[in-house]
Amino acid sequence: MSSAEPTRRDFIYIATGAAAAVGTAGALWPIIAQMNPDASTIAMGAPIEVDLTPIAEGQVIKVFWRSKPIFINHRSKKQIEDAQNVDVAKLPDPQADSARVKPGHEQWQVLIAICTHLGCIPLADQGPYDGYFCPCHGSIYDTSGRIRQGPAPLNLALPPYEFLSDTKVRIG
Amino acid sequence: MVHLNMNGHPSYQPKNAFMQWLERRLPIAGLVYSAFIVYPTPRNLNYWWTFGGILTFMLAVQIVTGVVLAMHYMPHVDHAFDSVEHIMRDVNYGWLLRYLHANGGSMFFLAAYIHMFRGMYYGSYKEPREVLWILGVILLLLMIVTGFMGYVLPWGQMSYWAATVITNLFSAIPLVGESVVTWLWGGYAVGNPTLNRFYALHYLLPFVIAAVVVLHVWALHVAGQNNPDGIEPQTEDDTVAFTPYATIKDAFLMMVFCILFAWFVFYVPNFLGHPDNYIPANPAVTPMHIVPEWYYLPFYAILRAIPNKLLGVVALVASIFVLTLLPWLDTSKVRSARYRPLYRQFFWVFVVVCIGLGWLGSKPPEGNYVLFARIFTIYYFAFFFVILPVLGKVEKTKLLPKSISQAVLREGMPIGTPAPPPAGMHRA
Repeated sequence: MSSAEPTRRDFIYIATGAAAAVGTAGALWPIIAQMNPDASTIAMGAPIEVDLTPIAEGQVIKVFWRSKPIFINHRSKKQIEDAQNVDVAKLPDPQADSARVKPGHEQWQVLIAICTHLGCIPLADQGPYDGYFCPCHGSIYDTSGRIRQGPAPLNLALPPYEFLSDTKVRIG
Repeated sequence: MVHLNMNGHPSYQPKNAFMQWLERRLPIAGLVYSAFIVYPTPRNLNYWWTFGGILTFMLAVQIVTGVVLAMHYMPHVDHAFDSVEHIMRDVNYGWLLRYLHANGGSMFFLAAYIHMFRGMYYGSYKEPREVLWILGVILLLLMIVTGFMGYVLPWGQMSYWAATVITNLFSAIPLVGESVVTWLWGGYAVGNPTLNRFYALHYLLPFVIAAVVVLHVWALHVAGQNNPDGIEPQTEDDTVAFTPYATIKDAFLMMVFCILFAWFVFYVPNFLGHPDNYIPANPAVTPMHIVPEWYYLPFYAILRAIPNKLLGVVALVASIFVLTLLPWLDTSKVRSARYRPLYRQFFWVFVVVCIGLGWLGSKPPEGNYVLFARIFTIYYFAFFFVILPVLGKVEKTKLLPKSISQAVLREGMPIGTPAPPPAGMHRA
């Protein structure tokens, strides 16, 4: 069935169809968007301040920011050297240690303690590189938190942070 | 006089005046009569054909126990774990209801896997039952999602970290992965919004499963059941009425299955669970060995066998979706493995590989465990993409019987009944 002249019924079809499509999209949007973090969750994500004085050399502490565990690692001289004396080009996710710490604060390593594979918390001071080891699927990170072996694709992520003083850091 | 309906079997003729009145207005009794009473089933069905009924029963068990558990459970991170212990200790028969529900999930998957292996052994997915099979794969997928969300609800350590690991599978999606994961969580990590929505969906999905079961049974009744010889019924001699023949067979094995179910519930209710799930969820500590429930272990082993995040997730998803392609990957015209001597061997190797992957999935991801997981993963996919397509072309199949009745009857009596066979009669 075809006619050269559009009929009034054709107009009704198109007008109704267009209204239904736009209406469905408009109705679906809130239903999908409600699943994203709500205002109270976002408000809880404000920056945190951490005092570094009690953290001894070689000690790793865990703090939480935006429900994410954050490692603050007071690295020893050897750990820093291990992290720096690496052929960066050969790493799965090439990144120099200097790009993963703040200049002048090489002993402090702040990173998100979430394995980039499937989200487990790695164990500190473990594995062949004396860095981090994820017990879930065997990913191994070095003392700079860079991925060296295992299924994880990326280095441990760094949170946004800055040093307020030599002994105080603000994460977030 | 017997009235025959379109399908050639007796139609429903109610004698009772009320039923006549109802049938004129809503022919539901007639539907039951034609679908579950006089419905012709192949006369050679064996006990492997009873698992569809068992699965329907298990779905009902899960819905009934689940609805009553929901009356006592609290989906909040501060109360979920305690409310489950409250169910175990304080609620009347709460321990029984929860153990039925938790072990019922395992029994549900056990029956589903047997049902699927049966379909694979006897070629039940082949023309004209492709849609029936695909609906079954959709049901498996829905079961996997529902079971996973249910496992999160007790909010123990395994619940929490299973939720973290499984939702992180979506982070492997290029570009939008991280946003998708945040959207799934409703936060920056698995938390209260996640638990809330998993609870809502865990309550919803079983009813979606029930709806797809209706489609599955509908497709079954259109195509008719396959049977151990994999040949279509041709005459009335090849079939028997659903009731009483299939009904009693289904009911009998259902009771046997219930004995197994009851053994788990009453004697080893925590055998299939993980002790770490009796530790409340702790977002600061990942357990040393996290393993999923036993029914996900083969897929988990495939995920871990591949040393690349994205490809591992792709393999995991593909290992389930490949099943939808099975009707077209298997190129053999012969359905039943009874008449496919080579396929039968590859099939049993496949079964061993699936169980082996399950065992490997429970082991730590190191050394030879990973090596064997890789070998088994290769076989898993090769079975579908190499063995089945090639086998259909090169295999010399055995001669099929002319009919189902010829395969199972001799002189009108079932084979095995003590009647002296006349000389020269052979089972084809």
